[in-house]
Amino acid sequence: MNRRPTVAEQLAKRGVSRRAFLKFCAAAASLMALPPSMAPAIAEALGKRTRPSVIWLSFQECTGCTESLTRSHTPTIESLIFDMISLDYHHTLQAASGTAAEHAREQAMAEPGYLVLVDGSIPTKDDGIYSIIAGMTNLQMLKETLENAAAVVTIGTCAAFGGIPKADPNPTGAKSVQALMDEGLVPRKPVINVPGCPPIPTVITGVLAHYLTFGEIPELDHLGRPTMYFGDSIHDRCYRRPFYDQGKFAKTFDDEGARKGWCLFELGCKGPTTYNACATAKWNNGTSFPIESGHGCIGCSEPDFWDAGSFYSALSMPTKPLDLAAGAAVAGVVIGAGVAFANRSKKSSAKAAHKATGLADLEK
Amino acid sequence: MSEIEFLNWVRGDGLNLAISVFLLGVIWRLIEIFSLGRKPDLSASRQAAGASGLHTVFRRSLPPPGMVKRSPVSYIGGYIFHIGLAVVVFLFAPHIKLIESLVGLSWPALPSQIIDLVAVITLVAMVVVLVDRFTKPVKRYLSTFEDYFTWTVTFLPVLTGYLAVKHLLLPYTTMLALHILTVEILLVVLPFTKLFHAFTVFGSRWFNGHVNAHKGVPV
Amino acid sequence: MSASLDRGVQVLKEMIDTPIAIYFDSCVHCGLCAEACLFYTETGDPKYTPIHKLEPLRRIYEQEYTLLGRLAKMVGLSKPVTDNELEEWKELVYNSCTLCARCSLVCPVGNDIVYMVRKLREGMAVSGHAPEGLIGAVTRTIEIGSPMGVRLPAVQAQMKHVQEEIGIEIPMDMVGAEYMVMLSSMEIMNFPEYLGAIAKIMKQAGKTWTLCSTAFEATNAGIQIGVSDLAKVIVNRIVEGAERLKVKTVISPECGHAYTALRWDGANLIGRPFTFKVLHILEVLEDFRTQGLLKTEGFETTKMTFHDPCQLVRRGGVFDPPRNLMNMVVKDFVEMDDAGKYNWCCGGGGGVSANEEAEELRLEAFKIKKRQVEKTGAKTIVTACANCRIVMEEGLEHYQMDVPIVGLTEMIAEHLVDKS
Repeated sequence: MNRRPTVAEQLAKRGVSRRAFLKFCAAAASLMALPPSMAPAIAEALGKRTRPSVIWLSFQECTGCTESLTRSHTPTIESLIFDMISLDYHHTLQAASGTAAEHAREQAMAEPGYLVLVDGSIPTKDDGIYSIIAGMTNLQMLKETLENAAAVVTIGTCAAFGGIPKADPNPTGAKSVQALMDEGLVPRKPVINVPGCPPIPTVITGVLAHYLTFGEIPELDHLGRPTMYFGDSIHDRCYRRPFYDQGKFAKTFDDEGARKGWCLFELGCKGPTTYNACATAKWNNGTSFPIESGHGCIGCSEPDFWDAGSFYSALSMPTKPLDLAAGAAVAGVVIGAGVAFANRSKKSSAKAAHKATGLADLEK
Repeated sequence: MSEIEFLNWVRGDGLNLAISVFLLGVIWRLIEIFSLGRKPDLSASRQAAGASGLHTVFRRSLPPPGMVKRSPVSYIGGYIFHIGLAVVVFLFAPHIKLIESLVGLSWPALPSQIIDLVAVITLVAMVVVLVDRFTKPVKRYLSTFEDYFTWTVTFLPVLTGYLAVKHLLLPYTTMLALHILTVEILLVVLPFTKLFHAFTVFGSRWFNGHVNAHKGVPV
Repeated sequence: MSASLDRGVQVLKEMIDTPIAIYFDSCVHCGLCAEACLFYTETGDPKYTPIHKLEPLRRIYEQEYTLLGRLAKMVGLSKPVTDNELEEWKELVYNSCTLCARCSLVCPVGNDIVYMVRKLREGMAVSGHAPEGLIGAVTRTIEIGSPMGVRLPAVQAQMKHVQEEIGIEIPMDMVGAEYMVMLSSMEIMNFPEYLGAIAKIMKQAGKTWTLCSTAFEATNAGIQIGVSDLAKVIVNRIVEGAERLKVKTVISPECGHAYTALRWDGANLIGRPFTFKVLHILEVLEDFRTQGLLKTEGFETTKMTFHDPCQLVRRGGVFDPPRNLMNMVVKDFVEMDDAGKYNWCCGGGGGVSANEEAEELRLEAFKIKKRQVEKTGAKTIVTACANCRIVMEEGLEHYQMDVPIVGLTEMIAEHLVDKS
């Protein structure tokens, strides 16, 4: 087998100057909240790295995560870096199809230590019939592919937490990768969750760059998300935070408060309970993010965000209609009436049994 | 269960259950109380200006002469925390949104910094009132487990709400979920404890005022 | 001898109504009622907290009339009220409560605690837990006609004596008189000047009046022991007498509970509205004053203060008449602190003065009245209740204070313009 070209070699072949490459490494260091002195270390690591094999499995997904990733596929350094990974299997991006595509996957699986990226949730109901690729259920394919994998990176909320297919009533029995591991349905491997619906393009590439550079899993929070991108809530980094603190809230999308850029809490912003990098890294190469454009955060990097009530209901509002209330009121009337009946009959019995008190009744 | 799932539960099923038990309880208890009836007063009544059940419902909120000196904490502490609770519950914007979603009514909110201040004052007043309860002989004598339990169940929502807004102690998602949970606990126990005075106080003051108004005594 | 715990509980079950239920459910254990009760403020003993006096009634209410209470009783979480408990509560319900109602005015949630104490006494009495002194008083009232055992001959003797002294006839059983006057035993025995005063005032006002041979006693010991059935018998005598004599108005004398018993409880005891008016003597005097029928001359020279009898002022609504009447004949009238509807009880109403076991406590509670009087610097106390008078006289003597007490009616009568 040929030695795969290193990243540095690939870059040089593509005409990317060393200077441009070093600039990227400095930017990557900054994004990962590493000191500037790390930039040379990143450069060396990336430079020396051979392109590891990456198998991208797409299950019950909308392809939005791939779309997001490819939004960094402009003539930028990020996309070149991605070329520096041997992307051996990807439904949307690969040239091959049919048995040839599956063959490519099997070949990549032959050399242990590859990275598995997953987007989309995995259906488990009715033997997983709801998503079949090449005659295999998603569950079977995941189980088989994870066998010799070094680690798994879930791209997007569907793979990380179940996402939209898992939303109530979850007709396909959709589950996240971690859930399947916890239930022993697939081999247990280190998991990095990169949620978002979709995740920010530079967050996806940044996590991979970290893994490439250091060869290890970054620090994760209790939901398996890299703290370097998911460590702060939107709320804690939001530029509109002073308005929240003062209680200045926009009440409609075009009222005076909205035009003045006040906090969007009342319009349903889930910023306080959502952990992501939108408020700092932003979208479209740092152009803006939902709140800056005047729409509240929908909480898309959190589990079950589709079942957390309307996107336009504030965090203090109920997520479901209070359908038990009417019945409970009726039950209260029924119980009350029952006790009332018992009370009245007890009182009238006591009255009926009343014997006029005479002097003799005052002493025992 | 992750903290976000806990939050979704208290905002969804939890709230549904709590409000239902609250409604069920309030209606049942009011019917239970009023089922006992009351005999009409056959004696000739005396008229007096300013004497009626309704007058007493409002007037009884004022301390009678000499009483504040005898028990300042009861009155001053009591006013502060009741008014504080009302301000924090009804004049904080996120709460007004909740009420709007439940009954369709809304009104302007106070600036959040003022609510923060009032919340702290309320917490302090409640602690002072608690200390008074177990240091003053009469209150200590009368107090049962229920008194301390209801104090806790009323204190926790204010405390957890303040901690959530200020992002103290626990991460926001968990703190907010705990805040909503403590409110739900308060709702569920209210109709079955002395907290029910929130509803019955109007009746008790009214009956008292009415009986005395019959004699021409404004109370 | 048929008093029993069971009878007591049965009676209390009849007594409990919506107001009582709502009062118990509103109580927040704030203890402010204690700060209003002279038995607590003067002893510092928290067991005298008014709402605490009602503990047996509260448990019976919960166990009999609330779903959760019934369930708690069934599983043993709530203990039934025992005979021993009621015996223990005897002191709280009878010795340390004069039914003065200060607590009812102070409770922040509006509980009418005195209403509940009165009802609890119904159960206490028929379960055999009323004080000996009150049982004696009510027995004498029912059997003889008056709690102090005064019979008609004694009254007639007093009538004769007063007639001779003032030279005005004292009518008895005069059909069609406008006013039927009643007396309390206390007045007949201790303050006979009252009868003379009435005669003089009525003569000046030109009003017809009469005593009633079958209903001369106003004191209703049935109210004080707390047995409505017996109170009803006593009230019925008065009603029968008033209706037989076809009077327009029955006058309740200078006695607190007599007024409450007749004016407010009476119609409810007999189950129908009265066909005649009931007025306290001070209300009658006030009417005469505003109609110009009461002419006085001269003023008292000493500094005087007025003690508000609880049943008359706070519980009866007669605030202004005593003040207006005082101002007619008293130049140096100084009000006590808390005068009017918040005034402090003399400590002997509601049956407490008839209860020997309560004497020591009553004298201790009197300290607040003593302080009130001392603060005014008054040389004489005026009041309009014979029981208050006796109780305060005993109290002042106990504390070696030399302040005489006079009845207001008697004082007015002394200043009547003498036309003869």
